[in-house]
Amino acid sequence: MKKMLVVLLAALILMLSVTAFADDEPIKLTLWTFQELHLSLYREMLDKWNADPANPKLEIDMQVYDYEDMHNKLTIALQTGEGAPDISEIEISMYANYLKGDIQLAPLNEYVEPIADHLVMSRMNNYARDGKYYGIDHHIGATVMFYNTEILEAAGIDYKDIKTWDDFHEAGKTVLEKTGKPMTTWESTDCWSIYPIVSQHGGDWLTWDNEVVMDSPVVASTLQFMKDMLADGTAVAAPGGSHHTEEYWGWMNGGNCATVSMPFWYLNRFTNYMPDLAGKIKVAPLPTWPDGGHKSSQMGGTGVSVIATSPNAEVAKAYIAFATLSFDGCVNTWKLLGFDPILMDVYGTPEMQEPNEFFEYYGDDIFTNMMTVLDDIPDTAITDMYPAATDIVKAQMAYDLVYTDKTGEEIAKECADQLRSLID
Amino acid sequence: MQDSMSERTKRSVINHKVVPYLFIAPFIIFFVVVYLYPFFKTIIMSFQRIDGPNHITWIGISNYQKLFKDRNFAQSLMTTLRYAVWDLIILCSVPLIVAVILNSGYVKFPAFFKSVFFIPALTSTIVAGIVFRLAFGTLETSIANRVLALFGQKSQDWLMHPGTANFVLIILTLWRWMGVNVVYYISGLQSIPPELYEAAEIDGASSLQKFFYVTLPGVRPVLIYVITITVLGGFAMFTESVALFTQKYAGGIGRTIVGYMYQVGFYKSNLGMASAVGIVLLVIVFTVNFIQLILMGFFKKEN
Repeated sequence: MKKMLVVLLAALILMLSVTAFADDEPIKLTLWTFQELHLSLYREMLDKWNADPANPKLEIDMQVYDYEDMHNKLTIALQTGEGAPDISEIEISMYANYLKGDIQLAPLNEYVEPIADHLVMSRMNNYARDGKYYGIDHHIGATVMFYNTEILEAAGIDYKDIKTWDDFHEAGKTVLEKTGKPMTTWESTDCWSIYPIVSQHGGDWLTWDNEVVMDSPVVASTLQFMKDMLADGTAVAAPGGSHHTEEYWGWMNGGNCATVSMPFWYLNRFTNYMPDLAGKIKVAPLPTWPDGGHKSSQMGGTGVSVIATSPNAEVAKAYIAFATLSFDGCVNTWKLLGFDPILMDVYGTPEMQEPNEFFEYYGDDIFTNMMTVLDDIPDTAITDMYPAATDIVKAQMAYDLVYTDKTGEEIAKECADQLRSLID
Repeated sequence: MQDSMSERTKRSVINHKVVPYLFIAPFIIFFVVVYLYPFFKTIIMSFQRIDGPNHITWIGISNYQKLFKDRNFAQSLMTTLRYAVWDLIILCSVPLIVAVILNSGYVKFPAFFKSVFFIPALTSTIVAGIVFRLAFGTLETSIANRVLALFGQKSQDWLMHPGTANFVLIILTLWRWMGVNVVYYISGLQSIPPELYEAAEIDGASSLQKFFYVTLPGVRPVLIYVITITVLGGFAMFTESVALFTQKYAGGIGRTIVGYMYQVGFYKSNLGMASAVGIVLLVIVFTVNFIQLILMGFFKKEN
C-alpha cells in the first residue's frame, strides 16, 4: 500500500514537471543593481527579447540595493558560494575586487570579439583580465561641462567663448562679481570633480604596472588650479559633499551656481532631480588645458556581468549582450538612460536624434558638441589597486582639497604616499 | 518495594543531573554557535589572507603589522576613543539628572515625559541619521545653521570638521538612547527606601547632600551597569556613524573602529585584516571594561 502511494506520488511529480516544461515556463533570472535608473533599459530590452519567438522566454527579478550594500552582498555571496544572482552590475571602482583569485564572473568574449571594431574598446578594457572581457559598460562617460546659461547671461558671458580652464576661471571672477554666485562646485566626499579633470589634463593615479603616479606634477598642478578657484570664491564646496546629494540638487536647482563639470551620464540627474533648470542648461565640452592634455576623459561606469556559477549563465550572457551591445540596446541606452553608448555605429544615426526628454531639457544640439571630443579621450589605468586609489581620492584628496590649507603638491604627495604604503 | 525505591532515587538523581543542563541547553547552543565559534574563527582568520572560499593562505602576523602602520586605523581609533569618552560623560550623567527630576515628584505627568524620552529609541537609526544629516547640513538653510544664525553665528559645515562631527554624533546618540538610560535610573531610584531621605532630612541635609550621599550610593548598581554598557556601546558604535556619514567618511571624519573594520572587510574584501581589527578592538574593550570594573569596586567582596 505504502509503496503504491510512493509510486503514484512520483508519477504525479513527474507529470507535473513535464507539463511545466511543456507550458513553456519562462527561465527565471535574478539581476542586482545599485542604480534604479538602469532598470528601464533592462525592462525595455526584456520585452523585445521575449517578443522574439527564437529566444527562450525569460523572467527577470530585478533587485535594487544601496551602492555599498549591493557590493557587500555580492562579495559575501561569491565568497560563500550562496545566494549570488545570475546577473549583477558592478561599479567600476569596485570591479577589480571581483577579478581577484578565482574569478567568479563569466567571460563574454563570444559576444564582444565579433564587434570589437565597432566598440569603444578602452571601455571594455576596464572590465577585462588576461584578454577575457567580464563586464559590459553602458556608456563612455565622457566628461562635459554643464553651463547654466541664465546665470552666465546675467554676467554677460557666452559659454561658447570659454575655451581654456584659464578662460573658465576668468569668467568665474566676472560671474562672482556680477551675480554673487560661484562659478562651480568641487566635491569634498567623492571623486567626480578631481578625477575627470586630472585625467583630461593627462594625469592618472596609477600606471598599468601599478606604479603610483598620483603625485606627478600634472596632478599637483591640477589640484593647485582647483585650490586657487576655491581661494577666490569662484569655486565652492558642493553642498552635502558631492554632486549626488539631495542638498546639492535642491541648491543647484534653485539657480545658485553657474556650472558643474560631470561625466555625460550626469544628464539624467538634471532631468530627474533638477526640473526647474529645464531649458537653461547647455552641455558643452570641457575647457582645455593650455599645456597639453585631452579634450575629455572617460569616467565612471558600471560593468554588467554574469555570475559564472549561475545555472542559466549561457542565456544570461546572451540576454545582457542583447540588452547592452546590440544597436537597439545602445540606441535605447541613449533614449532611456541618457548615456553616451559604447557602440560607435549609433552616433549620427536618425534614431539617436528622435525627440526625448533630454533634447527637451538641453536643446537638440547635445551631440553636435559631444561628437567633437569622442576622438580624444585618454585611457585610465584600472588595475587591481584602482579601488584603493579611488578610495584615497574620495576619502582624503577631495577632503584635503576643499577643507585644508595644504597646497596641491602637498595633497598629491600625501595621498600618493598613502597609496604606496598599501602596495608595498 | 526496596527495588522500586532505589529505582525512584536513581531516576531522581538522573533528573537532577540532566534537567538543569537541558534547561540551559538552548542558551549554551546559541552561545557556542553564534559567539564562541565565530570568536575562535576570527582569531584564526586574523592570521590568514582570504581571497575567496578556496584561496586561504597563512601569513602570520602580517595583518597586524599592516594594521599598525595604517594611519586610517590610528585615526579611526582616535575617533572612537574621543566618541567613547564624550559618550560616557554625557550619556551617563544627563539621563541621571533627568531621571532624578522626573522622580522627584515636582514634575507633572512624569509618565508622559518618560514616554517622550523613550520614543526615539524605537525609531530606525538609518532614518534618524538621514534626518540629522539634513538638519546639520552644509547649507545656510539647514536647521542647525538657522539656529546659529539666530545667535548671530556663522554657518558651519557640521559634518566636515572632526570636532563638530563628533558633537553631532553625541547629540544623535543622546537623543536616541537617553530614554533607555532614564528608565534604568528610575528603576534604580525607586528601589531607594524613602526612610533614608527622611532620616537625611531630619539630620538637616540639603538637596545636594541628599543627592550625593543618598541617591548616588543608592543607584550605584544601576550606575555600574549603565557605565559598562555605555563603554561597550561607545566602542562598538557603528550604525549611528554610518547613517550620518553614509560610509563615505571624507577625511576619515566619523569613521569609527567598527566602521573601519567593515570597510576593510567588505568594501575592500580583506576579511583577514578585518578579523585582526576585530581582535584588537576586543582587547581594547576588554581592558577598558576590566579597569573600570576594578575602579568601581565590582570585584570587592561586599560585607
